Amino acid sequence: MAPVLCANCKTERALIKRPKNHAKLCKACFITVFEDEVHHTITSSQLFYPGEKVAIGASGGKDSTVLASVLKTLNERHGYGLELVLLSIDEGIKGYRDDSLETVKRNAVQYDMPLTVVGYDELYGWTMDQVVETIGKKGNCTYCGVFRRQALDRGAKMLGIKHVVTGHNADDVAETVLMNLLRGDLARLSRSTSIVTGDDQSEVKRSKPLKYSYEKEIVLYAHHKKLDYFSTECIYSPEAFRGSARGLIKQLERVRPTAILDIVRSGEDMARLVPGDSPSSCACKGQNTASSAPVEDDIGGCGSSSGRTPGNEMAAMDKQLRENEAHEELEIDVAKAMSERKLNGSEKQRDLPIRNGNSASKGVARQVRGNCKRCGYMSSQDICQACMLLEGLNKNRAQIQI
Amino acid sequence: MSGATETAEIPITVDFSGGLEMLFDNQRRHSVSLPAVDANGKPATIAFLIDYLCKNLMQDPRAELFVLDNHIRPGILVLVNDADWELEGEEAYEIQPRDNILFVSTLHGG
Ligand SMILES: [Zn+2]
Ligand SMILES: [Zn+2]
Repeated sequence: MAPVLCANCKTERALIKRPKNHAKLCKACFITVFEDEVHHTITSSQLFYPGEKVAIGASGGKDSTVLASVLKTLNERHGYGLELVLLSIDEGIKGYRDDSLETVKRNAVQYDMPLTVVGYDELYGWTMDQVVETIGKKGNCTYCGVFRRQALDRGAKMLGIKHVVTGHNADDVAETVLMNLLRGDLARLSRSTSIVTGDDQSEVKRSKPLKYSYEKEIVLYAHHKKLDYFSTECIYSPEAFRGSARGLIKQLERVRPTAILDIVRSGEDMARLVPGDSPSSCACKGQNTASSAPVEDDIGGCGSSSGRTPGNEMAAMDKQLRENEAHEELEIDVAKAMSERKLNGSEKQRDLPIRNGNSASKGVARQVRGNCKRCGYMSSQDICQACMLLEGLNKNRAQIQI
Repeated sequence: MSGATETAEIPITVDFSGGLEMLFDNQRRHSVSLPAVDANGKPATIAFLIDYLCKNLMQDPRAELFVLDNHIRPGILVLVNDADWELEGEEAYEIQPRDNILFVSTLHGG
């Protein structure tokens, strides 16, 4: 079989077949196109400003490693003027993070970026090992999950950095869209498609520059650029994978590779129907900077943050907690958005009855999403979940000391 | 075809990454001598190789992490001499001597 030539340069042998458009490209052209598309996402959604200090949530896994590599390349090539640093979270579980942290340390040298590893002990005064010592093994996942959700933001705050980027890719976004669609949770779907979370009021903004990048291409980019990344031990269990949203995404991709980006786009389009949000991220479609309401979304910086690791008890618990909280927030959110719209009266469009996962009726907005009175992290409650758990832990410690 | 070719073997290298190495003795690269033909006397293809790897090389009982319903599990990429196997005929690609076949999982966290 004669080798297929690259559709772009027409001289080199094609090694990649792009899932989004079936284009057959050689290694060099693929790498260029991949980088150009991320650059396009960054510029069209005005993700950064010159001189901005940006922390890359780094786990040593493929997504965050590719993100660090691409951002370094683009920052130099296009003169973004960014000050890039790596930020990793250490839960304080002996042995659990050793290999991935070693990878991140090598990445710091390879990309010439300063690395900060923030431990749960620094952020919360407790390592996970200490939590387990105090409360036992049962339920410790709850703590880890709640702590992880805030860890990157808190870590960035410690460093005086206001923008954290994470390696969430198109498959991650498609998975979230699908899960929220299956739940009938259009309002949350709207937020999950947004490239930026957190607004001017929030202390730390988060964004996902790889939002339109296929996971397959991320892996191929890492492979062809010979990037040094770490694959966590096998934590996905086939039982849970089968029939999961992630499994469905991968099967759809197998049949029709464009499906992943189609789901992402559909998610964005549906999001436009949700009152109060402006989730489109690409300026090409006539929107400016997209910034949706802050949401405590699933950014763990540890590689086990999304539904793709259902075998992991920690992740599962984390997810459940997140859902409960998100649903609660959402009711407030939608009610507020709707009442605001009625007040301006400028909108002719009729309010759509947006359902969320809990079909309980929504009254008047009882509370605006605010910040935790103790730590300042965004929370729908006076005291955020992390602070509640810490209070319990600290009481426990006091008792033990007495 | 003579009896001699039926017992012939094709020397190839098989690589596993992205977490799959765990299923194969925690080793990334394996030198494999693959039978040149399958049980029906047909030339060895990638489909045959996958089956062969499951039966002869996999140390781990969890074959379903590698194959589902007799096909490579969705989410695992296959590269033939660094080229996406979609460019090479996928399962029907006939293995050549000294080929390098890479299986890389995209399913792990990042
Ligand atoms: Zn080319
Ligand atoms: Zn708090």
